[in-house]
Amino acid sequence: MLSDVTVMVNGRPVTVSSGTTVAVAVVIAGQACRTSVNREPRGPLCGMGICFECRAAVNGQPHCRSCQILCEPGMEVRTDE
Amino acid sequence: MMSRELRQRFDVLVVGGGPAGMAAAARAAESRARVGIVDDNASLGGQIWRGESQGGRVKDSAGWTERLQAARVTTLSEMRIFERPEQGALLAEGLSDLFELRYENLVLATGARERFLPFPGWTLPNVMGAGGLQAMVKCGLPVRGKRVIVAGTGPLLLAVAAYLRKHGAEIPMICEQASWSTLARFGVSLFGHPNKLRQGLQLRRELAGIPFVANIWPLSAHGRQSLESITVSRHGKTETIPCDYLACGFHLVPNIELPLLLGCQIKAGCVEVDDFQETAVSRVYCAGEPTGIGGVELSIVEGQIAGLAAAGRTTEAKQLFGERERARRFANLLERTFRLRPELGRLPLPETIVCRCEDVPYSRLRPHTSWRAAKLHTRCGMGPCQGRVCGPAAQFLFGWDPESVRPPVFPARVENLAAHAGRTEPQHSETTGGLA
Repeated sequence: MLSDVTVMVNGRPVTVSSGTTVAVAVVIAGQACRTSVNREPRGPLCGMGICFECRAAVNGQPHCRSCQILCEPGMEVRTDE
Repeated sequence: MMSRELRQRFDVLVVGGGPAGMAAAARAAESRARVGIVDDNASLGGQIWRGESQGGRVKDSAGWTERLQAARVTTLSEMRIFERPEQGALLAEGLSDLFELRYENLVLATGARERFLPFPGWTLPNVMGAGGLQAMVKCGLPVRGKRVIVAGTGPLLLAVAAYLRKHGAEIPMICEQASWSTLARFGVSLFGHPNKLRQGLQLRRELAGIPFVANIWPLSAHGRQSLESITVSRHGKTETIPCDYLACGFHLVPNIELPLLLGCQIKAGCVEVDDFQETAVSRVYCAGEPTGIGGVELSIVEGQIAGLAAAGRTTEAKQLFGERERARRFANLLERTFRLRPELGRLPLPETIVCRCEDVPYSRLRPHTSWRAAKLHTRCGMGPCQGRVCGPAAQFLFGWDPESVRPPVFPARVENLAAHAGRTEPQHSETTGGLA
């Protein structure tokens, strides 16, 4: 049985099973991953680290490809910066 | 965050941990070479075998995973190559460290990405690549009860639809852009490939009850904050279907950025190789999708040949030539069948975004005559993805060929660029700096 992991997405806790990527946690939280140049909400597109649409700040590090990072307990994810 | 610099040296270094890379690394290491395999994901398997290590089910990747372990291959995960400081060395960025990987022989197994085609609404959240949505589900995205329309072309659509259904998704329709007559010819040809025919029939059973429609493609996607419905073209009429996700797959594009950086010859978007999978650059081999989209069987046999050749086992490599030839014939059949119809190039409206990184609309690209001119005047392809999404789209829409690449081939952290500034002369100093 896989254990659960809780991460913070824009300050709110989201609980996912271990092995879940940060991009998925953001989608589950109902958030857009980023806001485009023209202020449009954007979510993951390629799911494999190519398109950069899922980039978000993870533990203070900006522009992380959230689809390639696994959730870890207590991780701080921000999509609103 | 300061990164440490770590050095490793290999007889054979394999870049890419998908089927081609795993096969290459295993065969090279079984020939007693000192082998490393580097990949940017958390675990090996590439896109097609993604997540199989966690599911507990013994699948295709299992044999190769065991062989890699038995042959003591060094696995370097979550590491992205961004630069070649000199011949025989590559720089890779880890989650916190910088790595210099030195090699005698190199196997490039960089795989492929999906081709995305712009249409009105394609930038809405929940419009994803077909493989992209599958990857997200493999990484934990729940789709139970969600309505997912799968659209585009090729057998990938069927595999994705079957996978999503198995995970509880409702599939209102699979939209295949190829015509029924082309598909019928393809069906007949499948009898020449019994293995593929069996896979096809298995998929058909898994997809029972799901409407599969040919000659149909998405025209536009609609929604406020995220996707709510799509409009498709069907027999010259339009039809709007409500959905939660749209999974689009318009074929694959080889990842040739690193081969280009290393000086490999490229022809029609693919890396040119000889019988032993060696590129125009001596001791640099290439296997799998970058040499031409051909699927998993072709990738595995090409990977094996490359790995054996890189380890000096040319006699054993030769024994696999026949198998490779058979796999190539099937790849050619796929390419003929699922060629994109020209109507798909006429979907964007003037305001439809083509470059998602920089929000460059179709109307601003239209006046230009080359990819280079469009980049210089509109910033198209100059955002973080460095044209990986809009480049192939622009190639289809306008017939523009992509130009050569310049380092870094992926945006790297500023301290890692600075660590090698004397050698690399990065074009941007921002963290997400793209190519100039």
